Amino acid sequence: MLTTHLMTFLMVFMIIVSLKALMTKNLLSAAISLGAVGIGVSLVFLLLRAPDAAVPHIVVEILTLLLLIRATVRRGVRVVSGQRDIFGASVAAVLVVLLLAMVVPIFYEMPFGSEAAWTSSDDHTELASGYYLQNGLAQTGSANIVTAVLLDYRAYDTLGEATVLFTAVIGALVLLRQRARKPLEE
Amino acid sequence: MTGMTVIVKTVTRWTAALIFLYGAYVVAYGHLSPGGGFAGGVILACSYIIMVLAHGREAALGKLPKAVASRLDSVGALAFLALALVGMVVGGLFFANWLQNLSPGTAFHVFNAGIIPLANVAIAIKVCMSLFLVFLILASVRMLGKGEQAELRCDEVD
Repeated sequence: MLTTHLMTFLMVFMIIVSLKALMTKNLLSAAISLGAVGIGVSLVFLLLRAPDAAVPHIVVEILTLLLLIRATVRRGVRVVSGQRDIFGASVAAVLVVLLLAMVVPIFYEMPFGSEAAWTSSDDHTELASGYYLQNGLAQTGSANIVTAVLLDYRAYDTLGEATVLFTAVIGALVLLRQRARKPLEE
Repeated sequence: MTGMTVIVKTVTRWTAALIFLYGAYVVAYGHLSPGGGFAGGVILACSYIIMVLAHGREAALGKLPKAVASRLDSVGALAFLALALVGMVVGGLFFANWLQNLSPGTAFHVFNAGIIPLANVAIAIKVCMSLFLVFLILASVRMLGKGEQAELRCDEVD
């Protein structure tokens, strides 16, 4: 129950901080607010006992924060100019409150983060997760079942993810290079 | 871009090595503890990135030249693919864990789990170099002009 209360608190915190990131005119403040949202998400992962998701999340969040501060704020772009969109923001706030009202009861309904989630007497072998938990160590030799799934049972997905990153780097290099950039020929 | 003050530089010189060590640990123990190739690779990239921030781009490129990073990026991706293809030849399946089937190690030991640690290392190299390159590219983007005439300009990246 404590976990659920903490998750609800973190959820409200993240919503408030993201609204702050959207509404503020100072770019540095917006970037730091985004970082706070990321810390909230990784704390939620930790509360749900998913350290394998929390560790990459917090690390990528730090990297993104560094990138945002370095690539935007230190380049002399400090404030956002232009009118605030009051109507859009209020619609977003109403939607967020509605969504929260729908999601929070589900938190209290489901056994998130409680022992009952995985120590129930039911035999879960018919589910994929139960199969992995029972046979993962014997079949792959990997004590960390998440890694066993990522790199053995579902390694094809990991290959696709690595390809996505590779393509992103190629795209950034192609778009931002300077040497081969010349005017189009007539 | 000459870097920050001498305090930051000194602290960075010490911590960058420790961060690199921690990243290597997360990669090497990816099949035993939380973490793995992706998280460890990002931590490794962070150890280079704080060097870029504190010492300037030239100092970091002295440790890890751009050509080397770009080649290691491809090497990591191709090594991961090669592991999968070897599994197809030896084990009969794309991504078959042929090493584990040939010589099962002791559970909960580092030298265990067949190709999973090798794949972790390949992914870590790939992710580290990719993110280092992305940071270098994005950190050198410069905004020229104001308002409508603003133009993104990138210096010294090719």
